[in-house]
Amino acid sequence: MNELAFEGHLISEEPYYEPAGSEIDIFEAAWRKGLPLLLKGPTGCGKTRFMEYMAWRLKRPLITVSCHDDLTASDLVGRYLVKGGETVWVDGPLAQAVRAGAICYLDEIVEARKDTMVVIHPLADDRRVLPMEKRGVLLTAGPEFCLAVSYNPGYQSVLKDLKQSTRQRFVALEFDYPPAALEARIVATEAGIDEALANTLVRFAHMTRKLKGNGLEEGASTRLLVHAGKLIACGIAPAEACASAIAQALTDEPEMLVAINELSASLF
Amino acid sequence: MRAIEDITRQIDEALETEFTFIRSDALAPLIAALAPAEQRFVLDWMRRTASTHTEIAHQFILRAPQALRAQEVHIIEAWVLHAMDLYDREGLRAALEVIRDIDGFLHYSHVRDAGVLFADSGGILQHFVHGLSGRTLKLVAADEAWTDGEHIYLPALLAHFDTREANFQLYKISAVMQWAQVHQNSLQTALATDFSLFGDGARALSAYAQLETLRLGALIGRLLPGLGREMRRLLPDADEPLSAAWREAAQAVRAIDASAQTSLDRLPTLHALPLPEPLPWHAAIHLDAIASAREARIAREKQSLRLRLAEWLREQEAKTQQAAAQAEEDARNLALHAVTQDEAGGMLFELVLDDLPVVPPEPVQRLLTSIHIDFSEIPPEYLTPAGAGEYNAQMDEQMQTSDVWQGTYHEHGALYYNEWDHGRQHYRKNWCVVREQDGVPVYDNFIHDALQRHGGLVAQLRRSFEAMRVEQRLLKRQTEGENVDIDALVEALADAHDGGEMSDRLFVRQQRAERDIAVAFMVDMSGSTRGWINEAEREALLLLCEALERLGDRYAIYGFSGITRKRCEIYRIKRFDESYNDEVQARISGIRAQDYTRMGFAIRHLSGLLNATGARTRLLITLSDGKPDDYSDYRGVYGIEDTRQALLEARRSGIHPFCITLDEEGQDYLPHMYGAVSYTVVSEVRQLPFKVADIYRRLTR
Repeated sequence: MNELAFEGHLISEEPYYEPAGSEIDIFEAAWRKGLPLLLKGPTGCGKTRFMEYMAWRLKRPLITVSCHDDLTASDLVGRYLVKGGETVWVDGPLAQAVRAGAICYLDEIVEARKDTMVVIHPLADDRRVLPMEKRGVLLTAGPEFCLAVSYNPGYQSVLKDLKQSTRQRFVALEFDYPPAALEARIVATEAGIDEALANTLVRFAHMTRKLKGNGLEEGASTRLLVHAGKLIACGIAPAEACASAIAQALTDEPEMLVAINELSASLF
Repeated sequence: MRAIEDITRQIDEALETEFTFIRSDALAPLIAALAPAEQRFVLDWMRRTASTHTEIAHQFILRAPQALRAQEVHIIEAWVLHAMDLYDREGLRAALEVIRDIDGFLHYSHVRDAGVLFADSGGILQHFVHGLSGRTLKLVAADEAWTDGEHIYLPALLAHFDTREANFQLYKISAVMQWAQVHQNSLQTALATDFSLFGDGARALSAYAQLETLRLGALIGRLLPGLGREMRRLLPDADEPLSAAWREAAQAVRAIDASAQTSLDRLPTLHALPLPEPLPWHAAIHLDAIASAREARIAREKQSLRLRLAEWLREQEAKTQQAAAQAEEDARNLALHAVTQDEAGGMLFELVLDDLPVVPPEPVQRLLTSIHIDFSEIPPEYLTPAGAGEYNAQMDEQMQTSDVWQGTYHEHGALYYNEWDHGRQHYRKNWCVVREQDGVPVYDNFIHDALQRHGGLVAQLRRSFEAMRVEQRLLKRQTEGENVDIDALVEALADAHDGGEMSDRLFVRQQRAERDIAVAFMVDMSGSTRGWINEAEREALLLLCEALERLGDRYAIYGFSGITRKRCEIYRIKRFDESYNDEVQARISGIRAQDYTRMGFAIRHLSGLLNATGARTRLLITLSDGKPDDYSDYRGVYGIEDTRQALLEARRSGIHPFCITLDEEGQDYLPHMYGAVSYTVVSEVRQLPFKVADIYRRLTR
């Protein structure tokens, strides 16, 4: 059940990624020096795509773990299972990544339980080891292994904040929605629509981002724009595509839904 | 059919005819002539309006029959409510003007169902306008559509077109038109122009406003093509009624490179000609109001920009180059580097700080945008943050801001809350002016003495609260889990040896049932608590804090008091994100009896804070000694009903309110306000400290 073929985690085709700054160089430098990375930024702005791109570039397998509040340390490190009357140790994804010299990407790290986060501490400093308490062994990471975590500082919840002891171990890369022209190019390429339409979608996204804090928790992400663009490319009317792919994804509040739909109706 | 005497009696009662010149025997026949349902409607609204002012009720009865003949009931309600809102804001005269202007109101009667109310669509439109770029504009209901550069005023009712949908679109277009006036130089150019040079200044201004409506209409069509389509659909032949000269001017101002100056250039030829009928989304220009709003805004924004810049620079210094910054402390050099402006009015400012380009944070960007709208540039003196020489000036500014917060003068910076008017059966909008401020810390022996006096109790409370903490539980014999359940495995192996079936429940799993509770304590600091009660309250809070610290629930303590709706005070004793420290203790010690007990605003304010915690269980516990009560208006039924309404709102948002009171007569009104099981009367003041913690324990067990 836990068997992962690492070849499957190797990314063979170049993922589409448009750099917004020097993030590629910084990532590469940190990787060479064995430093762990922290990717900050709102949802859907390209963090995961960046990881895929870097994995491809560095030719390392990428193991992604989406963190949730039931994620325990054993879920990451591994556990004993009973098979045919015997107990068998099975590595968790983090241990697998360490053994394979892969890139381990813990997505939305703040969602994990606080005690879970602590197991990555020895891996994230100069020791670069993963203690496997239940087996009584230390797993040492090779030079190719890379730990990266992502985190959305926008939540602003006291509960969902990264502890200093965790965050001060990482090289941080800040991500944000790309500048308008770049974002339009990304949306046009990803969704397969023309630039003019992509520009309008980006303008719509800017409108919703202005609503952040005025009734919306987050504005429309680049990912949502791509979704809407794909629907439009399939022949759905732009206003309808925005309603389904963007407005409904942003909020359930009826008044806000109407307002967002009116905004998109005004643009297209 | 109601007997006329009965109606007369009701009028006498509601309008207090004994004390006024209103003659009920003249009014009663008007109502008696209506159908029973209409009678009920008029009498109900008579009582509701009379609770605001008897004269409004009087005038309403005089016009109600005529209104009922011509209009739908919900539109009449909106008409009357609009009048009462105006009464709240501007007084009796403005309200009576609306009620008396029944013809203006019935002017819409041809459409009956098609009218759209600001009250219904204002929320949507506000979101919509927020989504547009540039300065944040606030929507307000008014008599006509116009803007002062900060607010968008829209009519309370729109019924220009024959369908609701079209009238809603008109609201939208109207709002966007005013947004464009603010962001496309319309107002600024108008302010800089002397219209009296054209002879009839008012007329020239109207002509200018109309030209601008044409220009901005075309511009909106280019920026928001969807909206442009909507405008053409609503008014396919907008140019039909225009005279030849106006048509020619319309052509010119609609050109892609037209500006407000283009409109001005047309004035000499147009101002003498007859003005065309204004378009439905025409927005008037009121120069005086725009100028005074601008004056106040300019001063305010300059001050806050420089404060923000200073604050931001300090942060930057702390972050980057502490050593370097100290060496050249007064060499900070800030200048505007670049403004990127998209056609929709969105702006991005880049500054150069000591020759390095930097992008300032969002609040600074917003201020810069707003300033740029007023000046079309950023005046260099605006970019002087606090250097060493300006330290004092900046201190002065800070003092002023805190003065504002303490409410020593106007209402700037305060929060507004609606209040429920029982008589009117409707909210009074933005009625309470609420300020939140830190409780005054008092470092005395109170804490020490109290902890010593209740030493045994504190220890006992700590123990019992600790026992409530749900620790991790180990679930045995699970199908999945972190670890192998050795007992289960041994049994299963034995079973297997015996040829039995092997169980698959062989694992142990840690389960943590977390207490996800946030509780806000709302402490009555009214004058009546002076003395014993105040002391008991403080002791109760102290013991509670000691106990809660063991439990680990999130909690906050706020005091409330006030005199009249204009001075509603919330005192922060402990915020949710604050730890229980010496200062919190000192603030508990510093809780003193203040003024009156206006409760609604405090419940509404704390509900907002509670909901922001995102905790699964949210409790609002009030500690009080009596009924809600405030100077003059907040007495008796009114206060109780507003408090009840505020509690209902809280409950609707998922909060559990609970009240602990010392008022032995609380049985009379508490069940109505809090519900039968959500309150407790503590009869003996001395018991309060013991009781409060105990009640909390029971509530959250």
